[in-house]
Amino acid sequence: FFIVGLIFIPIGIGIFVTSNNIREIEIDYTGTEPSSPCNKCLSPDVTPCVCTINFTLEKAFEGNVFMYYGLSNFYQNHRRYVKSRDDSQLNGDSSALLNPSKECEPYRRNEDLPVAPCGAIANSMFNDTLELFLIANESDPTPTPIRLIKKGIAWWTDKHVKFRNPPGEGTLEERFKGTTKPINWLKPVYMLDSEEDNNGFINEDFIVWMRTAALPTFRKLYRLIERKNDLHPTLPAGQYYLNITYNYPVHSFDGRKRMILTTVSWMGGKNPFLGIAYITVGSIAFLVGVVLLVINHKYRSTSNTADTVAF
Amino acid sequence: MPCWKEKPPEVERTVKANDREYNEKFQYADNRIHTSKYNIITFLPINLFEQFQRVANAYFLFLLILQLIPEISSLTWFTTIVPLVLVITMTAVKDATDDYFRHKSDNQVNNRQSEVLIDGKLQNEKWMNVKVGDIIKLENNQFVAADLLLLSSSEPHGLCYIETAELDGETNLKVRHALSVTSELGADISRLARFDGTVVCEAPNNKLDKFTGVLSWKDSKHSLNNQKIILRGCVLRNTGWCFGMVIFAGPDTKLMQNSGKTKFKRTSIDRLMNTLVLWIFGFLVCLGIILAIGNSIWENQVGGHFRTFLFWNEEEKNSVFSGFLTFWSYIIILNTVVPISLYVSMEVIRLGHSYFINWDRKMYYTGKAAPAEARTTTLNEELGQIEYVFSDKTGTLTQNIMTFKKCSVNGRIYGEICDDPVHKKVITKEKEAVRFSGQAPAEGSFEFCDHSLMESVKLGDAKVHEFFRLLALCHTVMSEEDHSGKLIYQVQSPDEGALVTAARNCGFIFKSRTPETITIEEMGTLVTYQLLAFLDFNNIRKRMSVIVRNPAGQIKLYSKGADTILFERLHPSSEALLSVTSDHLSEFAGEGLRTLAIAYRDLDEKYFREWHQMLQTASAATHERDDRVSGLYEEIERDLTLLGATAIEDKLQEGVIETIASLSVANIKIWVLTGDKQETAINIGYACTLLTEDMNDVFVIAGNTVGEVREELRKAKGSLFGQNSSVLSGHAACEKQQQLELVSVGEDTVTVTGDYALVINGHSLAHALESDVKNDLLELACLCKAVICCRVTPLQKAQVVELVRKRRNAVTLAIGDGANDVSMIKTAHIGVGISGQEGLQAVLASDYSFAQFRYLQRLLLVHGRWSYFRMCKFLCYFFYKNFAFTLVHFWFGFFCGFSAQTVYDQWFVTLFNIVYTSLPVLAMGIFDQDVSDQNSMDCPQLYEPGQLNLLFNKRKFFICVAHGIYTSLALFFIPYGAFYSTAGEDGQHVADYQSFAVTMATSLVIVVSVQIALDTSYWTVINHVFIWGSIATYFSILFTMHSNGIFEMFPSQFPFVGNVWHSLTQKCVWLVILLTTVASIMPVVAFRFLKMDLHPALTDQIRRWQKAQKKARPVRRRRPQPRRSSSRRSGYAFAHQEGYGELITSGKNMRAKNPPPTSGLEKPLFNSTSWLENLCKKTTDTLSSFSQEKTVKL
Repeated sequence: FFIVGLIFIPIGIGIFVTSNNIREIEIDYTGTEPSSPCNKCLSPDVTPCVCTINFTLEKAFEGNVFMYYGLSNFYQNHRRYVKSRDDSQLNGDSSALLNPSKECEPYRRNEDLPVAPCGAIANSMFNDTLELFLIANESDPTPTPIRLIKKGIAWWTDKHVKFRNPPGEGTLEERFKGTTKPINWLKPVYMLDSEEDNNGFINEDFIVWMRTAALPTFRKLYRLIERKNDLHPTLPAGQYYLNITYNYPVHSFDGRKRMILTTVSWMGGKNPFLGIAYITVGSIAFLVGVVLLVINHKYRSTSNTADTVAF
Repeated sequence: MPCWKEKPPEVERTVKANDREYNEKFQYADNRIHTSKYNIITFLPINLFEQFQRVANAYFLFLLILQLIPEISSLTWFTTIVPLVLVITMTAVKDATDDYFRHKSDNQVNNRQSEVLIDGKLQNEKWMNVKVGDIIKLENNQFVAADLLLLSSSEPHGLCYIETAELDGETNLKVRHALSVTSELGADISRLARFDGTVVCEAPNNKLDKFTGVLSWKDSKHSLNNQKIILRGCVLRNTGWCFGMVIFAGPDTKLMQNSGKTKFKRTSIDRLMNTLVLWIFGFLVCLGIILAIGNSIWENQVGGHFRTFLFWNEEEKNSVFSGFLTFWSYIIILNTVVPISLYVSMEVIRLGHSYFINWDRKMYYTGKAAPAEARTTTLNEELGQIEYVFSDKTGTLTQNIMTFKKCSVNGRIYGEICDDPVHKKVITKEKEAVRFSGQAPAEGSFEFCDHSLMESVKLGDAKVHEFFRLLALCHTVMSEEDHSGKLIYQVQSPDEGALVTAARNCGFIFKSRTPETITIEEMGTLVTYQLLAFLDFNNIRKRMSVIVRNPAGQIKLYSKGADTILFERLHPSSEALLSVTSDHLSEFAGEGLRTLAIAYRDLDEKYFREWHQMLQTASAATHERDDRVSGLYEEIERDLTLLGATAIEDKLQEGVIETIASLSVANIKIWVLTGDKQETAINIGYACTLLTEDMNDVFVIAGNTVGEVREELRKAKGSLFGQNSSVLSGHAACEKQQQLELVSVGEDTVTVTGDYALVINGHSLAHALESDVKNDLLELACLCKAVICCRVTPLQKAQVVELVRKRRNAVTLAIGDGANDVSMIKTAHIGVGISGQEGLQAVLASDYSFAQFRYLQRLLLVHGRWSYFRMCKFLCYFFYKNFAFTLVHFWFGFFCGFSAQTVYDQWFVTLFNIVYTSLPVLAMGIFDQDVSDQNSMDCPQLYEPGQLNLLFNKRKFFICVAHGIYTSLALFFIPYGAFYSTAGEDGQHVADYQSFAVTMATSLVIVVSVQIALDTSYWTVINHVFIWGSIATYFSILFTMHSNGIFEMFPSQFPFVGNVWHSLTQKCVWLVILLTTVASIMPVVAFRFLKMDLHPALTDQIRRWQKAQKKARPVRRRRPQPRRSSSRRSGYAFAHQEGYGELITSGKNMRAKNPPPTSGLEKPLFNSTSWLENLCKKTTDTLSSFSQEKTVKL
């Protein structure tokens, strides 16, 4: 117990401190509050709807910065939702492409054409576009766009093993011939991106979305902001604004949409829970250890006599 | 039995000899027997049907069906079908092999040959072709094929001898005799073939000792009783041949009727398990309902709005209906709280324990090369919970070998100290020399070892000679020479055998007898005595005498009998000797020996003649004959001169005393149920320290009516309380006083101080078992430390066991060796058969068998206790494990919209119970031991937790469940908290469903492995291999499942590709796993420490002691042997049957082909009828005692 205590308390403190050092900012842009600039986008009439949110970074973000979108009250872990996909199709299996698994129902066929990618998960893909601008200083009104990298956000195995475009020659469009886009999508799957290696099923935004979350409140990686050099912080302190192309409706189910910017440490993102939990468990262990020692000391003599009585 | 057709029950059976057509009208069962259950075609359907009758199997089948409905299916079908198919195939294979062996043994029995009289010729027929009404011929030492009416035999007067070992376990011979009309048929085939008698008799039944019927032949009717019937299963002995007519065949025979269906025995843990499984099922339903309601609400509140992204199924429009579906889905997911592997594992563990019992060298009896055998594999843990042991006496406690141990001749004791083995060895060597040269007839088994006696014999001490002469003359033993010319005694009671053998070894060899003479070899010379009168033994007289005339013409009366009786009839001149002998007798009795006093009287010719005259007139008298005869007996058996006394040891089996002592320390109550007489039973009770001298009182219940018995019981109970208080008031011990106060407060649950014993005989027992007296009996019996029931029938044995089993709700064990114990063995929770001398019936009916009573100690205290301990630990752990595993789904339900989404990978759900965690818990269940076997034996108190059911009961179960729930909470909420809003170290998300699943699964496997490591108290290599192996297997399977290769082969079955690398390379995942493990384990460890310190159980102390002992091995102290104080008990105990004297004097059982050397003349015919009359008279006269005796025997 002492050992556990002695090991856990430092770990806990370590984690806690690291976690506190992580910079993180979270911006809710759902727009349910009337004051929010995105409020106008709640009505479905305005398409496309672009809104802008200003925010200030008090402190500079150093190192690589990760940009997430977060959704709340979104049940990506619902059973019917989770199974509504066809991994064979996503793996580029041609037969599955044209004849998706039954699990995808009712997003399996649309107007007699097979849906690619089929299923509820794909159909509900997040399709807001987020752009980040730095307002360099008060004097210069032209904002500097922050370069957001959209590749490298998916797992290597997902991108290279699990997800594959259908095989064949020709353009992606030809390869996806005979399929139709999911109902909710604006564009077909072969037009997700302009780059060939980030298009179709291997589009990383798509892959990230397809990796379903465990909990109804979740974040998904959206973009990377790479550190330029050692001298400048990746995101210096200052005024920023977030430009949102608002497509994704969450209002109907009381969902929330957030944009998160964060740095990471050796143990991942900001998470005070783990540190606190370690400290708590460690202290309890220590306390119990002390109590047990006292009790043991007190009763050892009696149990020894009991031994001699028994034999 | 499959032979039972829709035939109306038989009321009466009519059988005509030699007339198959006639008998076929009635469709009597033929002689074929079936004990097998299936044949090749019916095997599959019947076996499957039987298997699915088991609740567990049906439950899983139901689950399987549920899983096949796509709307409900939350787990793929293979999660259930794989284990289910495995289990069912295993059971089916086991059943099939069992049945195959049954078929084989049936065939063997059905194909036995017997000689049947067909068409006037004797033909060999298979047993199964024997029909009712056939006349079959039996030869010596053959098994009887069916229930026969004895027609004639090779012996005079249609007598024949049978051994009924397979029926009732008695090895002594019984006499059956044919009707005189049929016995005249002899071996005349043609006359037998013409025999056309018709028998009208009772319908088939299972009463071995009863038969009523009438034979009509040649216009006259003859009543038939049990004496004329030979039952299937008997063996013909000492009879050249006999003819019999088949009355009952095959399944109708009394043997088969008695075999009855073996009840499927279950252990109390099994029953507890069943209730628990029901509870768990209820719990499951509750959880399902909660989640279903949750689902309905969720669908209503949240899901309805979530429609944009989550479609609605057509039929799920209604949220209530959706809830309903969810309910079933959750039932499927949560079914793992009662996984099918639980039952499989239990079976495996029990099988393992059974093998341990079979392989236990310490229970291997080298004498007979008989290992202990667990014949049932399902009852092992029950062995650890026994509260009552019901033991047979003969052959179980005792060896059923009587040895002549000591004697007192003319005031001198012979046959001292023989217990010391070293000494004995010397003696045996000396004995060779001591024996009379050329005493070939001396039996090797004789162990008398005081050569001073031999000296006296050699020296020609007249009294000693007279002593042995008496032993050689006064008995009912028959002699016979076997092929090699060796003298063999046919013994009615083993006591007599021992006495005659003793005389034989001392130079007084009983050679042969005729109705009128007895020939003995005295010190090498043949002497023939004329047998003048035979004063037979009976229960009232408790003595027997012979009057003989020796070659010198002297008439002498030799008498042996119970000391109390005999001492009253001594001549005053023996007064001095009497007191000495009396002291000797007390001494013998104190050693648990059975004693007899021996005396003689010289008669003068004239007196005898007169007396003989009177006897003859008395015998011829028509009324009050018995009284007059016994009056005459009384008259002549007086003024006896005391010779001495004998002491026979009814040899206890080895280690019986120690076993009984340690079992009673273990708080196991031992009841002895025996067919023996009260005196014998009490004697044995003392001999094996069941009864001791320091007992406050021994109640003897021997009433003859219900009222009497009740009175006696009430009185005993009254005196029990009364005496208690009086003893205590005398005592100054105030703590006892307090105890008494407690007693008087709680009248019903009294704990009586002081030791009491109850002895009840069969007659009273019959009354005592009647409804209203039952409770009195039980109450009293349970207050007593020892209970001995004597003169009980097999049925009563079973009733007593049943009584305790039902009323006390205690776990009972019955141990016995004879067929008369079968019913008791079958009734008790556990039946143990001693594979001893008395046939195999008991062993075949038993659940466990071994060769010696003393192994019971090891079986219960070591194997039983371990089995119980292991099973309890196993169950606790198993429930804990599965609750921890399954309830995570419940918590997850709150976060996934109650959609019955599993937390883990489907493969993990499938394999968790079968692969990842099954082996360590099996290893623990099989090998774990808290205390070494030696200590278990030395410290019988350790047995008590089992009796009180402390290790696994409802409370324990709830603790396990609570522990499981706690662990599942930790398992779910720590990762939840940690992953709530975090990112991986490379910025990628870790909170996706698959990573979450892997993290939790890994934590779970580690937590349960650590937990089992904590639970294991006895580490073997296998435990290590299994625990580490399981974790290794988990990781290797995990990596395989998440590898690219397998994904490329089956993309849709293994969606977790690449997951493990991502998750397990994250430091925070490992931090989470570590934290989860520690948080789940820590409270348990703390709790155990506290318990060890505050409430150390006996096991803990012993374990500590054991550890200390490993370091320094102290010399183990031996428990001091319990010493008996000697006291005076009359040990007169003949296992004697009245009437043999008559058989001898009338000469009816003398061999015709073995003519007596002196007078080979057969008695004239009228004598034979008179003998038959005698027999009839005897049966009617002594109905009470005799029939009672018979019921005991049969």
